Amino acid sequence: MRIEKCYFCSSNIYPGHGINFVRNDCKMFRFCRSKCHKAFKMKRNPRKVKWTKAFRKSHGKELAIDSTFELEKKRNVPVKYNRELWQNTIHAMKRIQEIRSRRQNQFIKQRLKAGKKLELKDDEKEVNQHIHLIEPRVTEEEMYNAALNKTKEKLKEKQKVLEVESMDMD
Amino acid sequence: MASYNFKSITVVPPAKELIDIILSKTQRKTPTIIHKHYQISRIRSFYMRKVKFTESNLNEKLTGILAEFPKIEDIHPFYADLMNILYDKDHYKLALGQINMAKHLIGNVAKDYNRLLKFGDSLYRCKQLKRAALGRMCTIMKRQNSSLLYLEQVRQHLGRLPSIDPNTRTLLLFGFPNVGKSSFVNNITRANVEVQPYAFTTKSLYVGHTDYQYLRWQVIDTPGILDKPLEDRNTIEMQAITALAHLRACVVCVLDISEQCGYSLQQQCDLFNNIKPLFANKPLIVALNKIDARRPEDLSQPEKDLLEQTFKKDANVLVIPMSTLTKEGVSEVQNTACDALLAHRIEQKMAGNKVDNILNRLHVAVPKASQEIRQPHIPEGVLAQRAAGYTKPDTIRKLERDLEEELGDDYILDLKKHYDLPNPDDKYDDIPEVWQGHNIADFVDPDIVQKLEELEKEEAMLEEAGVYESEDENLTEEQMEIREKAGLIRKEKAIIRHKHRLNKHRNRTPMSERVIRKKQGVKRARSVSTVAGDVAMEVDSKFQTKKIKPGRDVSGLRDEKQVKAVRILKKRSQIKMNQFGRAGEADRHIAAKLPKHLFSGKRGAGKTQRR
Repeated sequence: MRIEKCYFCSSNIYPGHGINFVRNDCKMFRFCRSKCHKAFKMKRNPRKVKWTKAFRKSHGKELAIDSTFELEKKRNVPVKYNRELWQNTIHAMKRIQEIRSRRQNQFIKQRLKAGKKLELKDDEKEVNQHIHLIEPRVTEEEMYNAALNKTKEKLKEKQKVLEVESMDMD
Repeated sequence: MASYNFKSITVVPPAKELIDIILSKTQRKTPTIIHKHYQISRIRSFYMRKVKFTESNLNEKLTGILAEFPKIEDIHPFYADLMNILYDKDHYKLALGQINMAKHLIGNVAKDYNRLLKFGDSLYRCKQLKRAALGRMCTIMKRQNSSLLYLEQVRQHLGRLPSIDPNTRTLLLFGFPNVGKSSFVNNITRANVEVQPYAFTTKSLYVGHTDYQYLRWQVIDTPGILDKPLEDRNTIEMQAITALAHLRACVVCVLDISEQCGYSLQQQCDLFNNIKPLFANKPLIVALNKIDARRPEDLSQPEKDLLEQTFKKDANVLVIPMSTLTKEGVSEVQNTACDALLAHRIEQKMAGNKVDNILNRLHVAVPKASQEIRQPHIPEGVLAQRAAGYTKPDTIRKLERDLEEELGDDYILDLKKHYDLPNPDDKYDDIPEVWQGHNIADFVDPDIVQKLEELEKEEAMLEEAGVYESEDENLTEEQMEIREKAGLIRKEKAIIRHKHRLNKHRNRTPMSERVIRKKQGVKRARSVSTVAGDVAMEVDSKFQTKKIKPGRDVSGLRDEKQVKAVRILKKRSQIKMNQFGRAGEADRHIAAKLPKHLFSGKRGAGKTQRR
């Protein structure tokens, strides 16, 4: 028994699920659900339908080329059962899966970076331009006073420093 | 090769009918309206056309007759002779000649009158000329009535002649009347010739077809012939003579040895001798008929001698006894006759000069039987083994069936015990197939450990290169603050936008000052009343225009709590109505109980329980 991949959306098809279409040239088309089957019957190209894995991979939304994918492949080479080999394989599978998901996460993170920067920029712009919508508008007088106070404080600080210096000199 | 089928000749109408046909056709197919004030050229051409049309139609008819009737010179001499006997060659030729003559005469009449019509100076004159022309044509035809009638009769008779092909393989019967020629034909073919116990039952030629050696054979039955000089023979006998004279056939001479036909054996032999010259160079079979009545052995000595004398001196003549009544010897006669004719035809062909052409192209392959005996092939390896004294082991593997019989109820079917695995201990393992949505078989690889190591190395390199190190993704406090503020701002913006949309229609309708003031007053009154109650009402009483009634959904209810409870009840009461898509409480409509489109037709994608 195998877990097959859907021809259209590439999702897993567990035994007893989905539907199978065999074309007159013997090519098998497996579909995980009627949605995929219908899309196929309507001659949709899975690479052009946004919600499919094929679209995401071909448009650079997900990790598509990686050495971990090379390790999971349908090999048409018969291998005799060997308990040790199977144990090793299962051990390897876990590790490979770990590495793969790490790389995938990294890939997506990398991809979203630029967007996040833009978002921040946008936020800043919003705050700079429209802050009056959430905070009361500052009148000119208040602004003037605020500026005045600031300079005063600075002067005071400077005087303090000077005083301390002069004290030291003394 | 001309086929002699005279059935397709068209009917020859008698003169009167022919005239009717032609004149009515002229009337139908030419213009009929003419007036005397028309231009004279037009009048002339109108009548000329009529004359010409009549002439050409008559010409066509007569030419048809002349073309369709066979010309005696052109057809096979057998048919020519037959026609001569049956219809009299002279009479036939004369009739056709007269028709031909009439055709020419009519042509001349038409020519003459057309010439005259050119000078017709009035409608009346032209019309008279036309009348005269057609009248003369009709008179000519009327005179041919007797020929036409004769030709019609000939046509009818010709159509009923048997379709004899003079060139094909043919058996031809002849003999005295009543000797059994017709019964022989009836015996070997599907033809149904009348057989009666009196002379001259058969009055004309009959044709039947039979098969021999996968070939089609024509069997011609002739009327009986009497022994008299050629000049005295009547039409019926002459038909037989014609056939004998002209057809290249195998002649079957039928003799009645019982003499029941009324003619003695002597007479029959005399007849044979008399017409012998007619079938010189043709294969000849003599059939002694009616042996059921009298066996050839019972013949008296002089009769035997007579037969001997007549037939046996020629080596080519075969004498075969037969009985058409008991069918004894009938097929023998047929077969010998056919064989004789085939041999004769081949002989004739070989004598001709065309044969070399064909013989050059012929090659008959005669494969030789091989003398060699082919031994079975035994590989050398096997031979060597045999020489070393190897014999097949006769130990037979114990079958699972034997085991089952041996162990009885203790037997358990074990399919795994014959597994051929590198490590026999693994035989009974439950082999896992799937792990977390992955097929284990896709990962199985003898070099998996090595490959995993490589992957690990690669991963370590990546880590070293700092691929996974990322700048702090978490936002700083300042950034967080900005984001929060931005969020609030956006919300505020949305509200503003929404408010604006709500007010849109208000901006559009023009309102008078008075109305605006009034509205504003009400609004103010409402807002005040909710805030400050009765006191405010009194204060702003000048704006109060109307007492505000509570809404119908809240009227008559004690307090907020009751309102809430009522609202819940209302919602609940509507659940069912909404569920069934009802228009309201009174909607009791039942749509089709089993909607056709949901319960018929082929099953689409889906399952029995989920459709």
